Amino acid sequence: MTTETTLRGALGGTPTPRRDSPRRSARARSVTSRRAGAPWAFLAPAIVLFVAFLAAPILYALYLSFRTEKVSGLGLGPGSRVEMWNGLTNYVNALADPEFLGSVGRVGLYGLVVVPVMLGSALLFALLLDSRRARARNFSRVAIFLPYAVPAVISSLLWGFLYLPGVSPFYWIFEQLGWDVPSLFSSRLVMFAVANIAVWGGVGFNMVVIYTALKAVPSELYEAAELDGASQVGIAWRIKIPIVLPSIIMTFVFSMIATLQVFAEPMTLRPLSNTISTTWTPLMKVYRDAFTRGDLYSASATSVIIALATFLLSFGFLRLVQSRAFGQEENR
Amino acid sequence: MSVRSATRPSVPATAILILGALYCLLPVAWVVLASTKSAGELFSTLTFLPSTHLFDNIAELVAYRDGLFWRWMANTALYAGVGAALSAVVSAMAGYALAKYRFAGKNAVFNVLLAGVLVPGVVLAIPQYLLLAQVELTNTYWAVLLPSIISPYGIYLARIYAAAAVPDEVVEAARTDGAGELRTFVQVAVPMMLPGLVTVFLFQFVAIWNNFMLPYIMLGDDKLFPLTVGLSGLLNQGASQPAMYTLVVTGALLSVIPLIALFLLLQRFWQVDLAAGAVKA
Repeated sequence: MTTETTLRGALGGTPTPRRDSPRRSARARSVTSRRAGAPWAFLAPAIVLFVAFLAAPILYALYLSFRTEKVSGLGLGPGSRVEMWNGLTNYVNALADPEFLGSVGRVGLYGLVVVPVMLGSALLFALLLDSRRARARNFSRVAIFLPYAVPAVISSLLWGFLYLPGVSPFYWIFEQLGWDVPSLFSSRLVMFAVANIAVWGGVGFNMVVIYTALKAVPSELYEAAELDGASQVGIAWRIKIPIVLPSIIMTFVFSMIATLQVFAEPMTLRPLSNTISTTWTPLMKVYRDAFTRGDLYSASATSVIIALATFLLSFGFLRLVQSRAFGQEENR
Repeated sequence: MSVRSATRPSVPATAILILGALYCLLPVAWVVLASTKSAGELFSTLTFLPSTHLFDNIAELVAYRDGLFWRWMANTALYAGVGAALSAVVSAMAGYALAKYRFAGKNAVFNVLLAGVLVPGVVLAIPQYLLLAQVELTNTYWAVLLPSIISPYGIYLARIYAAAAVPDEVVEAARTDGAGELRTFVQVAVPMMLPGLVTVFLFQFVAIWNNFMLPYIMLGDDKLFPLTVGLSGLLNQGASQPAMYTLVVTGALLSVIPLIALFLLLQRFWQVDLAAGAVKA
């Protein structure tokens, strides 16, 4: 299809000035001068919203994180609460807070379980979908992707019930076998209970991202290898995985960010279990400090620390691979 | 011969996929069956044994506080539907500008916007609440809707789609034919980007629908709650009134059904288009 026909098709037969229009060259010139402002006009809504709901809140959080409130007397009446600069004290306190450190350790461990299991299965499923040897591919693809449509609160709710001994089919099976089952809500296992919910919710999405990248791999690249008798596993390892590596890296970064921010799942499970404390994850601690204790200042400091850590981890990681994952259209 | 072996069905490969599918369907199957159980049966009968109380449960849920549940459903549709639609428009404009124009500061703008992808919601939650409280917008629809429109990831995707699906020559040809910048965008670029924009819409729809923290913090009035916050509140009450659990389970089923239906409907379209976009690139 030529550019000309594409254009006519895209315009859908709208009458447009043709090549013989006498006003064409004059209009073309004024368009060129107008064009300088055009990208900014297109970007304006995004920039305004970005400033209002991303940049300004971040700066405000930074500001709050260096402030504190001095309460004099009973803290009642005007002037008894004075806001003042607090230097790095909030940060120092946050980093020394055993509750915060505990939550960070928990989430670190949780991430070490969730990210490899989720991305490993996502990659495996994507490769199986891409290899023509598996059956029931459409059914499996839709079924595995389905949890992505279920919000974390509802998936936690569903799994939460399934973890309860009175409901769980696994308890029933174990009981019939006469085995003793440890409660999934015990303090030792509750992390895996939450991890399972995250894996369930995320595996399908990541599978689709990787699968989409795999479908873009030109089949000539491995058909030759197939004719040479290379195994499907060999082709996957040596040809397919290296080519879709940028997609895997992206899913890795996004999963890492999501993991550090885990909030909805443990919050939803809390009423069903008494092993999830109010500071079980860093975000839960931020929420508790800010909205239950009303200490916005130290909550801000904690959230800035979490953001910085996320940022350093993911941005550092992205920089490492930036030339491959981004800027593709520049290099073309 | 080797080509034939590549297409010969493999039992382990199929088995792994089916196992994955069953794992993903398990909780969905359970909620369908569990919502047919009465409060007493929920914790006593076999997990996957259906019962006959589905309509009683639905009636009870509908009656709960004068149909509060439907209100939650409508709120969810508003937050996710309207929010995602606006987000797709804003992302399309920004992505198109970043992909199809050369201008000073372009890379700086893109990098700053992209850094937004990495900003965890956590730093935003408190200050967004405080800033919106200052303009007295907390506990209103705006408090959830407005912050949901900006999507750095949507802009990133829209840029990729614009770069891949809209050839420079076509934009040039439209300009040469005398179309203005806005007209070129609306009539030439948007139709070509449309499959990608559907994806942006879907991503943002799911992101808003999934965002628990924002409405949880912003809203106090339960008439403004989306389903997620509402159901989580019901579950909390269940700790003291176990009868609430039936409501929660039925509510979970009814909230998942429209979403899954919508998803299956759009999913095929989405898949094909994602692939098509990738091939075009």
